Amino acid sequence: MTLFEPFQFEFFRNGFMVATLAGAICGLVGVYVVLRSMSYIGHGLSHSIFGGAAASAVLGVNFYLGAGMWGLLSALMIGRVARRGKIGADAAIGVITTASFALGLALSNVFGQAKRSIEAVLFGSILGVTTLEVIAVACVGVLAIVIISAFYRKLLFATFDPEVADVTGVNVGRMEALLMLMLAVTILFTMKIVGVLLISALLVTPAVIARMVTNSFARMLVIAPLVGAACGAVGMVISYHADISSGASIILLAAFVFIVVYTVTGARGRGNAGGMIH
Amino acid sequence: MTSLIELDGISHSYGGPTVLEHVHLTIDEGSFLGVIGPSGSGKTTLLRLVLGNLRPTEGVVRRRDNLRIAYVPQVETVNWNFPITVSEVVLMAAAAKWYRPRATESERKRVAELLEQLGLGGFEHRHIRELSGGQQQRVFLARALHRDPELLVLDEPTSGVDVRTRHEVVHLLTDLHRNGTSVVLSTHDINGLAAHLPMIACVNRELIAVGTPAEVLTSSVLERTYGAPMEVLEHGGMLLVTDSPMGIE
Repeated sequence: MTLFEPFQFEFFRNGFMVATLAGAICGLVGVYVVLRSMSYIGHGLSHSIFGGAAASAVLGVNFYLGAGMWGLLSALMIGRVARRGKIGADAAIGVITTASFALGLALSNVFGQAKRSIEAVLFGSILGVTTLEVIAVACVGVLAIVIISAFYRKLLFATFDPEVADVTGVNVGRMEALLMLMLAVTILFTMKIVGVLLISALLVTPAVIARMVTNSFARMLVIAPLVGAACGAVGMVISYHADISSGASIILLAAFVFIVVYTVTGARGRGNAGGMIH
Repeated sequence: MTSLIELDGISHSYGGPTVLEHVHLTIDEGSFLGVIGPSGSGKTTLLRLVLGNLRPTEGVVRRRDNLRIAYVPQVETVNWNFPITVSEVVLMAAAAKWYRPRATESERKRVAELLEQLGLGGFEHRHIRELSGGQQQRVFLARALHRDPELLVLDEPTSGVDVRTRHEVVHLLTDLHRNGTSVVLSTHDINGLAAHLPMIACVNRELIAVGTPAEVLTSSVLERTYGAPMEVLEHGGMLLVTDSPMGIE
């Protein structure tokens, strides 16, 4: 068996491209997620989207449309509840997304026929990734790059210092909604490969690795997608040869890279990452 | 004198007890006002109402049309681990206007001039965590000045800084005021900062008094503001406020 053997299969080539793109997109969007100390939101949103996926499967609605609308609605609700300040963002995520996840589970129990697709959503699968889906994920990547480039300064200001950004004329609510939209769309289109249960690790780990090696926000936006893409690509190859699920393989590789960088960068890296790791 | 901002009978609550009640306060062009009061008295809420970050639950805030306001938050609220350099912080001031991710040559020049003016020349590419307390405060002041504000609002500008930094901040603000910028700040530091300002407002859930230090820094006003007996002494023409704990001889 050679290293390149799996590339002779179309399903693997499609899965490989989606995993690489997914890693890059999650790395890029993850920079904002970790710097806003909202690592938990990736976890929560993916669970929320699971509810939408289950409901879509049961109702026979298109997966991307149903789960996407559900995820976006959850993200906007979290943002709105958290901004009102009566309960914190972590509590809002906990209540809204777990309720959605529970609904997904209940639906899958009642309508057993949706079980197979729900399992694929939970744990990730490279089987059945179509060329159309590769194109869709590439479009999500282009969309993320366009949004981040066009709103670079506003997103940076709203992330670093939302109160002053608001006084300075930046529409902080709109920037938050834009980030939530990017996050929901990213999770929606990439979780098929990595799975609901592991997607948050792909959002967080490359960004934290990037933070450990650089003190520059702009460089973080380059390093995190590169790390994510590399983990996605190499993880897929390992997944085939080791016969383990693609999500587990990609995330274990990302965790390994994290441990190596954590050890090599020592106190400086840990200092840079500050409140992200303890 | 033109009024920049007028708070007309404003009250505010965050959903629970009222934090500020029936405040009437006018900030005129050329003001240099210090807001004092104990912790939780509503100073920051008052500043946020002035800035427009909060809407009053009662009353009206009137702002002059097209008023340019800039805000310097408490440095203690800043995330010092955020991966950002001095010049990137200052450039944020132009964020609302620009869609271009990279700064133009003229923007870089403007940032360099501002930093030079504030004694931070050559610090453009330093991470904000690598600066001293006074330098960090000046970076955020530079970001505020980038907007060429008519009204500068500062929340506790001397909180957690040493005496030398406090002097630097006071001198900087005095120079800005002399050059035509109106300044409103909140502070816990009565002797080191508030007593040197032309006008002081005492707040404790309501506006207790507004006036010059000589009018406001009296035992009765301060006792109403802080809820504890305080003495006011005069030393070399300056007023000094000391607390006089009951029962301690």
